[in-house]
Amino acid sequence: MKDNDIKRLLYTHLLCIFSIILSVFIPSLFLENFSILETHVTWLCICSGFVTAVNLVLYLVVKPNTSSKRSSLSHKVTRFLKCCIYFLMSCFSFHVIFVLYGAPLIELALETFLFAVILSTFTTVPCLCLLGPNLKAWLRVFSRNGVTSIWENSLQITTISSFVGAWLGALPIPLDWERPWQMTVERKRSTYRSLHVPCRGLGTVK
Amino acid sequence: MPYTTYLVEKGASHSFVAEAKPPTVTMPRIKALMTGSLPGFVDVIRNLNSPALLEDSVIRQAKAAGKRIVFYGDETWVKLFPKHFVEYDGTTSFFVSDYTEVDNNVTRHLDKVLKRGDWDILILHYLGLDHIGHISGPNSPLIGQKLSEMDSVLMKIHTSLQSKERETPLPNLLVLCGDHGMSETGSHGASSTEEVNTPLILISSAFERKPGDIRHPKHVQQTDVAATLAIALGLPIPKDSVGSLLFPVVEGRPMREQLRFLHLNTVQLSKLLQENVPSYEKDPGFEQFKMSERLHGNWIRLYLEEKHSEVLFNLGSKVLRQYLDALKTLSLSLSAQVAQYDIYSMMVGTVVVLEVLTLLLLSVPQALRRKAELEVPLSSPGFSLLFYLVILVLSAVHVIVCTSAESSCYFCGLSWLAAGGVMVLASALLCVTVSVLTNVLVGGNTPRKNPVHPSSRWSELDLLILLGTAGHVLSLGASSFVEEEHQTWYFLVNTLCLALSQETYRNYFLGDDGEPPCGLRVEQGHDGATAAWQDGPGCDVLERDKGHGSPSTSEVLRGREKWMVLASPWLILACCRLLRSLNQTGVQWAHRPDLGHWLTSSDHKAELSVLAALSLLIVFVLVQRGCSPVSKAALALGLLGVYCYRAAIGSVRFPWRPDSKDISKGIIEARFVYVFVLGILFTGTKDLLKSQVIAADFKLKTVGLWEIYSGLVLLAALLFRPHNLPVLAFSLLIQTLMTKFIWKPLRHDAAEITVMHYWFGQAFFYFQGNSNNIATVDISAGFVGLDTYVEIPAVLLTAFGTYAGPVLWASHLVHFLSSETRSGSALSHACFCYALICSIPVSTYIVLVTSLRYHLFIWSVFSPKLLYEGMHLLITAAVCVFFTAMDQTRLTQS
Repeated sequence: MKDNDIKRLLYTHLLCIFSIILSVFIPSLFLENFSILETHVTWLCICSGFVTAVNLVLYLVVKPNTSSKRSSLSHKVTRFLKCCIYFLMSCFSFHVIFVLYGAPLIELALETFLFAVILSTFTTVPCLCLLGPNLKAWLRVFSRNGVTSIWENSLQITTISSFVGAWLGALPIPLDWERPWQMTVERKRSTYRSLHVPCRGLGTVK
Repeated sequence: MPYTTYLVEKGASHSFVAEAKPPTVTMPRIKALMTGSLPGFVDVIRNLNSPALLEDSVIRQAKAAGKRIVFYGDETWVKLFPKHFVEYDGTTSFFVSDYTEVDNNVTRHLDKVLKRGDWDILILHYLGLDHIGHISGPNSPLIGQKLSEMDSVLMKIHTSLQSKERETPLPNLLVLCGDHGMSETGSHGASSTEEVNTPLILISSAFERKPGDIRHPKHVQQTDVAATLAIALGLPIPKDSVGSLLFPVVEGRPMREQLRFLHLNTVQLSKLLQENVPSYEKDPGFEQFKMSERLHGNWIRLYLEEKHSEVLFNLGSKVLRQYLDALKTLSLSLSAQVAQYDIYSMMVGTVVVLEVLTLLLLSVPQALRRKAELEVPLSSPGFSLLFYLVILVLSAVHVIVCTSAESSCYFCGLSWLAAGGVMVLASALLCVTVSVLTNVLVGGNTPRKNPVHPSSRWSELDLLILLGTAGHVLSLGASSFVEEEHQTWYFLVNTLCLALSQETYRNYFLGDDGEPPCGLRVEQGHDGATAAWQDGPGCDVLERDKGHGSPSTSEVLRGREKWMVLASPWLILACCRLLRSLNQTGVQWAHRPDLGHWLTSSDHKAELSVLAALSLLIVFVLVQRGCSPVSKAALALGLLGVYCYRAAIGSVRFPWRPDSKDISKGIIEARFVYVFVLGILFTGTKDLLKSQVIAADFKLKTVGLWEIYSGLVLLAALLFRPHNLPVLAFSLLIQTLMTKFIWKPLRHDAAEITVMHYWFGQAFFYFQGNSNNIATVDISAGFVGLDTYVEIPAVLLTAFGTYAGPVLWASHLVHFLSSETRSGSALSHACFCYALICSIPVSTYIVLVTSLRYHLFIWSVFSPKLLYEGMHLLITAAVCVFFTAMDQTRLTQS
């Protein structure tokens, strides 16, 4: 049982990373003048879309949480709507936090918001998929030794390392690069994410 | 500037781009222009109070030659060259906000003095342009007006000189130059291209050119001006000049004179080289000089024999080239000579600093114990032997180094007593360090056996504090991180707030299992995550007892107070964000528009007045609660006085007198406030002394400390510029919030509270608009309430005005810790932590700077930061002395 879980976990993480890589290459087939550096806004949208889609698909396929006994349609719809509201709220609250951290209020607001969106897709979306809109479960997972399964453990670690990556991504801001800071942060952050995920995934396997 | 442009492009002139060496501040630049030497960074400190220049300069040579010199303009010249001018009118440059009066002061003499013509040299130093830059930056509409005014002045002088030239045999020379440039923000002091490049235009009828002769401006050094001027005036070149003659100036002269001038210059430079370099004979410049001198001799012989003019010309131009090469090499090797470092003295200083730091670090476990005792073992015979040995070795090294020193060395220049004192100190510190180290190693086994109390496990906050300090220290090694240090501090403070909010949430939600309130759900969920990343993978395995927030606290705090506790980190974050947009600082983003500039522009005076009044009101409300009634009244009157002072100097206005024209220096108002500041400080000290005598009266001491604190707040309110008053108000607000809702309910220990105070102090240093650049020091604080420049009060006031943030937070720390009676040794813990946390960056920075001394940005980035760090260290030392004094009173009480 456990080995099986670990194997599935590994595959999901690999798929997730693969989707990030795909989001770099696939759009260049359809869109003209696409590159990460110049049209970073589009790339961010596409990337977050890819990751969300992969997460949802994985959730539907793998179904690590076998608690969905009540299968009435209205219940599912309210659950889905609730998830959407939570996602939006998390985006906005991240946006607020970034502004408090010093992102400009008006100019570059779109970039900042997209950064918030992508950070939410890396943190909130897996949480929503795995735990559902159930705050008590969230609290349990993110408090000390409240983790019950390996899935939750991996969730905790990936979320935390995403935050650390985003936090560390601010380091190059004072350097003399004449670039908008969000861009730097995002690139840095995504590299961190892609570095952290396999590391942590392997860490959980052991 | 149409006339000047005409002269540069078509007229009888030579134009250059003169490169000024940093620091680009007025006084060192004037020195460079007149002496031709390279003034060091110490001159920045002397910039405020320029002592008379003792070195050789063009002015001194001209005076010795009996030339009559007239000067109008910046007072710095008069201070640098006292008694050198037959007539002068100095304009003081400290009213930076004034840009018309300073120039009219110069121009009003112009007609008279041009007509009179009884002078040989006339120096005019216009200040207006610099002042406009300081006020509103290089893109101000005022700049255009000022430049056309300057153009008309130049035209007036030039036409008058031209009309006069018919009567005199020799041509006149008009030199137009700038002492320094202006950065993107309109300031100066650092070494950006805009600050370093200055115009230099020499205008004279001797430089007539044929039509179609286009002269491109060449890049030259600012130090070349002195040599050129001396040669043009027929004076000896100043002794310490490293500049070389601007050759295009003499190109029109006959070959013999050209060679003669070049010879003079090279002889002077090679003499200077002989003085400074022991192995000057091997210097390539010197060899070239000898060679060209020989060739010159040959040429003279040929010239006297009057051979064919063609041979003569060819040989002459060869000699000329040779001379120019020699000049260039000599100048270069001399400039490199100046950048030599006094390694020995630097080493001695670094060693002493490192020893102190090691001692502090080694005594961490000892000092942070319950008892907070720091005993220093000194009396074992082995160590005294070591001590004497080290002294002997050090003095031997000293003698050897000093007798064999090639260049001048500061430490060798000290008297024997002082040097001996330093050596005794160094060796004593070494011995103490060694003995503490052995103590730790020997005694290390005993405490390790009884395991550390589980509640002393590190929380996320401690980890953040450690990581933050380490990260900040490491970031000091990179020039761009030093330039943008404020970003580091803002970032750390923000993260600290988030970590604190996570801690509050955990205490209130996980401590009791009540349903989490709805409004904060999402934020709460995220913050749990946001701050949970502080702990590494190993930390979350172990059980951690929730020692900080015992259930009893959360039961006591219900309802509104609980909400305040939960919201206060977010309030603090919002405050920090507002303050951050008040003053843009640093280098890269300093030119961005910010609220401070918006407020100081003259269109928004009403808003500024309202804001200043509001902030003063907040200050009063927040400060008065701890004061005795008398000082409450004094505080109110004092804050009123601050507003009156700002109204008197015209930066804010009263609602009932909307446009008052009478702008004074506001001396009476400022002195009125000083009286209250001194009064409050005096009452505070009196209370403290009284509390020492009457041992039981604990409350009196707290009141006394608070009064000292409020006196400092009042002084800061007086010294801060009006647009910075919100910084003060917000700082008090944050202190109140933190005290009430975070430190008291969460029961942090003294060390954590100290580090948080230190971080906030540093952040407020930058919120005030300071940076690691000399140009941002607000020197106007030194002149509040003073008629003229008086050195000691001006320096003290400027230092306090600059470091008001850290000082206020430190004094708040003293008051807070002594008002909290839970732990007896909190104050001494805090003192130790404060000293440690301040000394780690400084000592690391000293080592870094020593190793990076050949870095490209050493003068522009690292040296100013070193000055700031040194000043900060002094302030910290003062704070620690205050801490110890408070601690002493506690000890005598118990």
